[in-house]
Amino acid sequence: MSKRIDVENLNVYYGDFLAVEDVNMAIEPRSVTAFIGPSGCGKSTFLRTLNRMHEVISGARVEGKVLLDGDDLYGKGVDPVVVRSQIGMVFQRPNPFPTMSIRENVLAGVKLNNRKISKTDADELVENSLRGANLWNEVKGRLDKPGSGLSGGQQQRLCIARSIAVKPDVILMDEPCSALDPISTLAVEDLINELKEEYTVVIVTHNMQQAARVSDKTAFFNIAGTGKPGKLIEYAPTQEIFNNPSEKSTEDYVSGRFG
Amino acid sequence: MTATPAHTSRLTSGQAPKWLPLAILAVSLILGAAASALIGFSIATFALFSGLIFIIAGPLIVGAIEGRRKGADALARYMVYGTFLIALIPLISVLYTVLARGVPGLSGDFLMNSMKGVTGVHDNAAASGEGNVLGGIYHAIIGTLEITLLATLISVPIGLLTAIYLVEYGEGKWLAKAITFFVDVMTGIPSIVAGLFAASFFALVTGNPMNRMGLVAAVALSVLMIPTVVRNAEEMLRIVPNELREASYALGVRKWRTITKVVIPTAISGIASGVTLAIARVIGETAPILVTAGFVTSINWNAFSGWMATLPTYIYYQIMTPTSPTAAAVSETRAWAAALILILIVMVLNLIARAIAKIFAPKTGR
Repeated sequence: MSKRIDVENLNVYYGDFLAVEDVNMAIEPRSVTAFIGPSGCGKSTFLRTLNRMHEVISGARVEGKVLLDGDDLYGKGVDPVVVRSQIGMVFQRPNPFPTMSIRENVLAGVKLNNRKISKTDADELVENSLRGANLWNEVKGRLDKPGSGLSGGQQQRLCIARSIAVKPDVILMDEPCSALDPISTLAVEDLINELKEEYTVVIVTHNMQQAARVSDKTAFFNIAGTGKPGKLIEYAPTQEIFNNPSEKSTEDYVSGRFG
Repeated sequence: MTATPAHTSRLTSGQAPKWLPLAILAVSLILGAAASALIGFSIATFALFSGLIFIIAGPLIVGAIEGRRKGADALARYMVYGTFLIALIPLISVLYTVLARGVPGLSGDFLMNSMKGVTGVHDNAAASGEGNVLGGIYHAIIGTLEITLLATLISVPIGLLTAIYLVEYGEGKWLAKAITFFVDVMTGIPSIVAGLFAASFFALVTGNPMNRMGLVAAVALSVLMIPTVVRNAEEMLRIVPNELREASYALGVRKWRTITKVVIPTAISGIASGVTLAIARVIGETAPILVTAGFVTSINWNAFSGWMATLPTYIYYQIMTPTSPTAAAVSETRAWAAALILILIVMVLNLIARAIAKIFAPKTGR
């Protein structure tokens, strides 16, 4: 399953502070979209509005529409929990549940919701999810060991396995490789390439080579200054953003002449 | 033999031999003994003089050999050791006294019998060697365990739920601020006030001003326990990383399930040891028990009716009103033995809490 996301006139607020202003964007299914931009420009904030994780912070709110295959995430009566079960998220720092084993971590989305699942189905789900996250071969002998005993890169892939085990339509990744070494980063990037066969993937990254390597389309966000809202400057196919951007500030940023 | 010229590194200064502090200590002890003998020898002055001489002379000698900075380091280090030893004195003294005086009074009969029917006649006989020491603390152990258990059952749910509200729901709300303030105030309530509160509360509710029973005492102890439990659980829930909550939300898990299945299990070991500390704090309370559960010498299993004794009130009565005024030593022995048992119960509770903490602790290892 894979769904498209259309963002219409989205304003994101923290209390009275306008953090991201007037974003319009169409994210295609079965594609990888990268968000790049300087720190504090609102790309992570914007990403978190795509599965209603933004409102977990008190005082945070949103104006505008985010359509998932035409259904507004912020429509009346929409349960954010349902939204989040369809749009998964992987965070900057690997965060496996420390009280759970590797197997329990993968099954967390099922077990924490108290859904009943037979042992064989569970085994199958664990194996498929871990295979999907390229982790199966490394951990198949120690599924009952704690997830926090894995290396950072393995933990991050475990978190990805945990996300895909709930069978979402979209996977959001917030700088998934910023805490990882180059080899683990490569493993996660390979994984992203495989994930786009089945999922819509949106990734925030500070690493422009990474954006160039993994994404089909790239969105460049920028901020005019401290206290000003972040804005979507340019959204185009990745090749175009890096080789032939239409905005001067995009070119400055991707060529390292920023600021 | 060709002697290689001794190379002196410019990176090192003088180095005192390893045995130097011990030598200084030995000399300080001798000088301390001499100084104390001058004004009439006693252990206290001996320790005081030796310690003072060591703390002054040690850093000076080390400083003279190794330089000012090492001297200052030695001074700070010896002071830390010294204060640690001073802090240990009361603890060791209490443990030693309770063991020395309590062990002779211990026996199977002492643990398995109440004071029912034990009178001054028996104590006088025991004191003159014509009979065994009779009577025991069975009723007080039952009372202590029942009242403490009831108090725990009342305060842990209230305290834990309060802490959950404060950490997970109350952020920045005026109700949360008010609760935090009142919990702080509650921490400072004198225990006798808590006892009087529980006594008058039950007197009002039941209309019987002398309605004393284990439950009233448990309520009084809860008033003392709840703030400790809230404060501790709050700390423990706060240190659960937010990332775990977000990870759970991102899997489409509801908030209350996130709290019960992710946040609390992650914090449970800290919460368990906090609860034990709260129990240890109230299990030795005397005054609130006297005004709420009264005092008896016989066994009462029912915490919901009738007066009850606990170990602290038992100790208090044995000391203040000996069973036989002419053979008070017998009652004193019983009091010390009861104190020893009380300390042992607290120790066992601590061990249980550690075991719980270990079982539930976030798993590590590969």
